[in-house]
Amino acid sequence: MTNQGNNKDIRIGFYICHCGTNIASTVDVQKVVEFASKLPKVVVSRDYKYMCSDPGQELIQKDIKELGLNRIVVAACSPFLHEKTFRNASSQAGLNQFYFQMVNTREQNSWVHLDPYASTEKAIDLVRAAIYRVVYHKPLEQKRVPIHPDVLVVGGGIAGIHAALTLANAGKKVYLVEREPSIGGHMAMFDKTFPTLDCAACILTPKMTAVKNHPNITLWTYSEVIGVDGYVGNFKVKVRRKPRYINEDLCIGCLDCIEACVYKEGRFYDEFNLGLSKRKPVYIPFPQAVPLLVVIDPETCIQFKSGKCKQTCVEVCEPNAIDFTQKERIEEIEVGTIIIATGFQTFDPKKIPYYGYGTYPNVYTALEVERLINASGPTQGQIVLRDGTRPKSIAIIHCVGSRDKNTNQWCSRVCCLYSIKLAHLLKERTEAEIYNFYIDIRTPGKMMDEFFIRMKEEGIKFIRGRVADIYPDTSNGCCGKLVVKAEDTLVGEIIKVPVDMVVLSIGLEPRADAQEIRRMFNITCSTEGFYIERHPKLAPVNTFTDGIFLAGCCQGPKDIPDTVAQAGAAAAEALTLIDTGYIEIEPNTAFVLEDDCSGCKSCIPLCPYTAISFLEDKKKAFINEVLCKGCGTCVAACPSGSIVQNLFEDEEIFSEIVGVLNYTYHEEEV
Amino acid sequence: MMENKSNGNGQKEWQPKIVAFFCNWCTYTAADSAGVSRIKYAPNIRIIRVMCSGRVDPQFILDSFAKGADGVLIGGCHPGDCHYQEGNYKCLRRFRLLQRVINSFGIEPERLRLEWISASEADRVRVVVNEMVNQVKALGPLALPQKYEELKKEIEHHPVTSEIKEE
Repeated sequence: MTNQGNNKDIRIGFYICHCGTNIASTVDVQKVVEFASKLPKVVVSRDYKYMCSDPGQELIQKDIKELGLNRIVVAACSPFLHEKTFRNASSQAGLNQFYFQMVNTREQNSWVHLDPYASTEKAIDLVRAAIYRVVYHKPLEQKRVPIHPDVLVVGGGIAGIHAALTLANAGKKVYLVEREPSIGGHMAMFDKTFPTLDCAACILTPKMTAVKNHPNITLWTYSEVIGVDGYVGNFKVKVRRKPRYINEDLCIGCLDCIEACVYKEGRFYDEFNLGLSKRKPVYIPFPQAVPLLVVIDPETCIQFKSGKCKQTCVEVCEPNAIDFTQKERIEEIEVGTIIIATGFQTFDPKKIPYYGYGTYPNVYTALEVERLINASGPTQGQIVLRDGTRPKSIAIIHCVGSRDKNTNQWCSRVCCLYSIKLAHLLKERTEAEIYNFYIDIRTPGKMMDEFFIRMKEEGIKFIRGRVADIYPDTSNGCCGKLVVKAEDTLVGEIIKVPVDMVVLSIGLEPRADAQEIRRMFNITCSTEGFYIERHPKLAPVNTFTDGIFLAGCCQGPKDIPDTVAQAGAAAAEALTLIDTGYIEIEPNTAFVLEDDCSGCKSCIPLCPYTAISFLEDKKKAFINEVLCKGCGTCVAACPSGSIVQNLFEDEEIFSEIVGVLNYTYHEEEV
Repeated sequence: MMENKSNGNGQKEWQPKIVAFFCNWCTYTAADSAGVSRIKYAPNIRIIRVMCSGRVDPQFILDSFAKGADGVLIGGCHPGDCHYQEGNYKCLRRFRLLQRVINSFGIEPERLRLEWISASEADRVRVVVNEMVNQVKALGPLALPQKYEELKKEIEHHPVTSEIKEE
């Protein structure tokens, strides 16, 4: 006899889903049904083509009502996909939703095994385990957690800006935290955008200004999130606000201090122009910066380095905004939901040495060229090489750091289109011959392929072949040109094209600190470092951590329209939580059986949430249900077995072990 | 008693049974993702979901062996990545101790394995499960329930042992 618990009135209904042929083609569904029907306490055992469909759910509900079922087991896909569906179906038929157990028969069985016999055996074992387990299920109440209405948006690129504005326009209070001195992100660095060729600044800056002026948005630039505590609805966030050495309330953005700096010319690497121009120690990142506040860089400012500066900037500042004694501040805020929009970084082409970036001055990255083309860029929009000459021939190399086993395997999705855009802009400004070296042209999306065809008709040349080498042209004592060597795979010949300028279409990568950020927010990322969404199709902006949502390129490479769409979706998800006012969470918390607790205190230091305290009067441990997150570590550690975790009780797991191993007790052992 | 492994197909080689405890957030998700990617691995594994590898009570492991598992695999988040901050470290401590305990019981420590597999490492599920299955296959059946059965018979028919028992 198997150990089935002592409740005699248990009536189990078992259902297995064919999932079309997804399950049924590998698992012998009939055999499982027949097997389950013979297990003790199983009243009905059925199969159905699609259990998750309405008729499938109605089948369960009808049986609950007509056959008086009080436990339901469904063998179908992963519980991550449809556990909620079947719990809801059960509860609509009047059964407590936690009298339900799911058997993962698709993701962890039929999709990963080829042998139908072994697959069916495995299904039978797991079904047995679930049927043994469900006997011990308890009727539980879902916990409701209130949602704090404020939202934190991390990252002030177009994704963060759009999400913040959407929420603020809906009347929610938003904290927008940006690491750089200005919001705008990568989009602010672009000149024109594909496929419409409208200028990035023209469409972005109004939104940036709207952020600054919105009464519902608290904008903290030059600031970083350094700590996140709590859980959905009640996050406590620490933000470090780096000192600008400018009093933000007094600075009026007149920029007189920059003019007055003892450095008459810019001398230092200008981050915004990627070093193509120089800035002073006191600077604004770019003319349209929001907020329009100067920053003093202590690394380069003489006052910070030697303390012996004439401080001409201070003299000229009428509002007395300069404050060399400013210290960093830590702000602590409470929010209910968080949107992560931390963006991407571009691939460093120095990792492909044969492209010569950093060695040959006329090899540029695409982002540098964006700055060169831009009217407010380092050359005021003039396309000139570092020696001041105008290029007459330009090669654009696609897939640099994309679709390459040696660097990054993924397609960065935007490079084909921005390369075509840059080709157009460069041709327009220089009338140079433009050669695009590509592997495949990928131009999906609305109006994108039409854009490509139009550009091709403009006379831009496209050569299908990955570039193998770039080297200086030394033939006939020539001229500083670079030779681009590739196989034209459509002709089947090695070609060498001498050009004046090379543009590397660098791919998109996760931020270097993506892993640290992920740990801080307790979300997951793929091995390459893009954050993982809860479901690639059906929960594309949710993360595995409730209340934290994703927007933009931190989730994967995407263009501006998709980023904005995703940011809107993330804002909508946050709004849904805020306006519902609460979230129901799994009641998988632990509690202490006071009578059994020996008061040994072993559990207390194990809890990472300090949810366990010691009741001095009773000499017993006590678990605060509000603080408990349901990991079960204390349960596993309790020497007297007096801590119980809801949904994962010892009996439930032991019965699963018995079930999967098909262990049978002997009479004398019972 | 263990299920008789012979089947309708006639002679089939002995297949080990491995009980796995996978944490909800990392390894269980990785196993799901292996499915979505249609990665194929040995069907000998029976996954039991827990919220955290810290929930894996040493008793679950001993009980699995006692009830006929030939191997036990625990899957958790990488150090530093635990959804519950540090449950995986608690699991690691118990794992180290347990390896010594099972060894003293005469169970080869290789039958118990702990692996950190993050949600994105679907292919790692395949590698680990296949490795483990091969390793346990090489060790042969553990068959503790049958051994207990024999031991019990021996005790019943051995007067000396019963005397000791009575003391």
